Amino acid sequence: MRIPLAALIGLFFTALYFLMAIFAPLIAPYGMAEIVGDVWEPSSSRFLLGTDSIGRDLLSRMIYGGRTTIWIATMATALSFITGSVLAFLAAVTGGWVDQALSRFVDLIMSIPSLIFALVVLSVMPVTVTVLIVVMGLLDATRVYRLARAVAVDITVMDYVEAARLRGEKTMWIIFREILPNALSPLIAEMGLRFIFMVLFVSTLSFLGLGVQPPQADWGGIVKENKEGIVYGIPAALVPAFAIATLAISVNLVADWILNRTTSLKGGRG
Amino acid sequence: MTDPLLKVRGLKIGATIYPPGEKPRDIEIVHGVDFDLAPGKVLGLIGESGAGKSTIGLSSMAYGRGGVEITGGEVWVNGRDILKSRLRDVRALRGGEVTYVSQSAAASFNPAKKIMEQVIEAAVGHGKFSRRDAEERAVGLFRKLGLPEPETIGNRYPHQVSGGQLQRCMTALALCPEPDLVVFDEPTTALDVTTQIDVLAAIKEAIRDTGVAALYITHDLAVVAQVSDDIMVLRMGETVEYGPVDQIINAPQQDYTRALVSVRSIRHEEKSPGTDPVLRVGSVTARYKGTAFDVLHDVNVELHPGQTLAVVGESGSGKSTLARVITGLLPPSEGQIDFAGRVLSPDLKGRSIEDLRELQMIYQMADVAMNPRQTVGTIIGRPLEFYFGLRGAEKQKRIKELLDEIEMGDGFIDRYPAELSGGQKQRVCIARALAAKPRMIICDEVTSALDPLVADGILKLLLELQKIEDVAYLFITHDLATVRAIADSIAVMHRGKVVRYGPKSKVLAPPFDDYTDLLLSSVPEMKLGWLEDVIANRRMESAGN
Repeated sequence: MRIPLAALIGLFFTALYFLMAIFAPLIAPYGMAEIVGDVWEPSSSRFLLGTDSIGRDLLSRMIYGGRTTIWIATMATALSFITGSVLAFLAAVTGGWVDQALSRFVDLIMSIPSLIFALVVLSVMPVTVTVLIVVMGLLDATRVYRLARAVAVDITVMDYVEAARLRGEKTMWIIFREILPNALSPLIAEMGLRFIFMVLFVSTLSFLGLGVQPPQADWGGIVKENKEGIVYGIPAALVPAFAIATLAISVNLVADWILNRTTSLKGGRG
Repeated sequence: MTDPLLKVRGLKIGATIYPPGEKPRDIEIVHGVDFDLAPGKVLGLIGESGAGKSTIGLSSMAYGRGGVEITGGEVWVNGRDILKSRLRDVRALRGGEVTYVSQSAAASFNPAKKIMEQVIEAAVGHGKFSRRDAEERAVGLFRKLGLPEPETIGNRYPHQVSGGQLQRCMTALALCPEPDLVVFDEPTTALDVTTQIDVLAAIKEAIRDTGVAALYITHDLAVVAQVSDDIMVLRMGETVEYGPVDQIINAPQQDYTRALVSVRSIRHEEKSPGTDPVLRVGSVTARYKGTAFDVLHDVNVELHPGQTLAVVGESGSGKSTLARVITGLLPPSEGQIDFAGRVLSPDLKGRSIEDLRELQMIYQMADVAMNPRQTVGTIIGRPLEFYFGLRGAEKQKRIKELLDEIEMGDGFIDRYPAELSGGQKQRVCIARALAAKPRMIICDEVTSALDPLVADGILKLLLELQKIEDVAYLFITHDLATVRAIADSIAVMHRGKVVRYGPKSKVLAPPFDDYTDLLLSSVPEMKLGWLEDVIANRRMESAGN
């Protein structure tokens, strides 16, 4: 099997960022919150990316920050997919008032802009990583729910689902054995996109000061800490911005490739 | 002899296929076909799905649909080789000299535009007629095709006329620009049998009156025999036999043609009913939630063990609803269902595992009746596991036995549904139903999506399995030929009521009620002049009334 170039590039950068996140303490030259130099030192052999607004090594901050950002985004994506799709499949299979109640509730949540909603919730709750993951995951679950329900409704009207019902299969079997395998490819493609939104979401929250709290590093937070430097021509704030952009693009390339590949698998659709 | 209007020589057509997991590759789907069509004559192209008949039909407009490309040969229309013509000349030809009638009128009309606008579009667009003349012409065609209110029907939208009427509107559309040749691509296949005969008669009359030549594409030899002068039998992109209609029907030379002519030759002796029916539907009335209309009205039928009850009717007659009521998917509003000596719960939820096991179902579209992500082994194995708790080697052994019973080897165990042919898919569905060791199987139009020869194989298999497994069939169909082939008793349904019910020999023997008579006389027979006879008979009857 040949992997297209675009997917290879995507895979390379995605793997790079994830490996960096996993092995952060081994790779980072300095500690996360260690002050090791002057304010905003330019890049040198000692500090590859220079130092930040209070003299910490920017490369180390970036590596630890990536770890936090990717960890939060991954967990929140997982949470949103598990909650969103299980509820959606349940709604599609059961139908009736269960479907109505769930769908209208989701509509209600979706009618409030999620950033505003998150800001309100986070301003009254203690901001920890767990709270961040739960809030982001649940808010995004509404979007996953919408997609998964639409996909599942199309599948539940298929004769093979009816055949399973007539056989006497339980709801859980229908959800996990008949519907899930057929709903997987659109959901996986969506998972890539939702992961990106999560990265942007947590970065935005941190930039606004309601996300990851200092001194813990994360990419949105590093932009915030160094944004004043832009005025003096110091590019420290652009480094995390660049990281966010490349991660977003490469995950997208991978998601595209997976979608293409799974649909041409044996028994795939189209 | 006059020069042919359409002359096709060595026509080769290729396509690119995308096999799963492999590189796309080019294949040839039509391997050098020759034929002539004189002005005013009708050539029938017949074959199974995949025979290349639609592709050949469209090549007379120098058109290849969806990745299909004409790779060789010559197509001469009115003395010009259109494959070598410039695109501008071909555009003048399409919709002007040569027009096209597709299978699904409902999918081909633009739902947002009125019928008249679409019928005259090509005639006006090609500058053949002024708007007013074209409209006048269209009204004349509507009248000729027997459409109601020919003056005003053009002001309606496509959804405001019936399927049969829309198909006739499409014929009017094709005839409006005064073409020399019309390509009819399965124009009656999607219609009910009683509607089909009217459309067929209208098309035939219109062809005769306008003197247009036609290519008539269909998979139903009995239909094409009614309208054609010549017939070309195609199989896998090659000509099997080509000759005058009389010779093809009455003296076919090739084995394949003979098989097509004698299709549905299965004979099944009617069994006398035993004492205790396995299924008794008692005074069942049903309606769908939120409607105030009974889809089934006071239905009473019985099915005896090891026998076949055929439920016949047109679309909308309620025959599939009857299946939903029996399976418990739609609880009836009145009446009850007795099954194997016990009263069935009206609702699926109230039924025991034993009830579910003994009552199995086979669907019309085998493609969507199997989970595309499960292998044949999983599909057949699940009922074994679910009802009998079979595991491991024991389960594998039973799966192999079942695959043998449906005449497919155990090499199919690891295949996915997408890797099976239409007939094989339906066989796997039969095996899945049999795996439960049912007393009764509901067969919902199980052969209507299949080619005639394949359908015959499935019917033979079902009859064979009935003898071995002693299972009863409730056979839902709109096809009377199928009914004749396999039924022991018949229920004719019309608008939610059973209008005629009894043993096969009685139901299919006169005196008939009006509806059964209409239904029986509408089934095309493999006989020249059948259409004229039926139409003449009906005219006489209505004159007599």
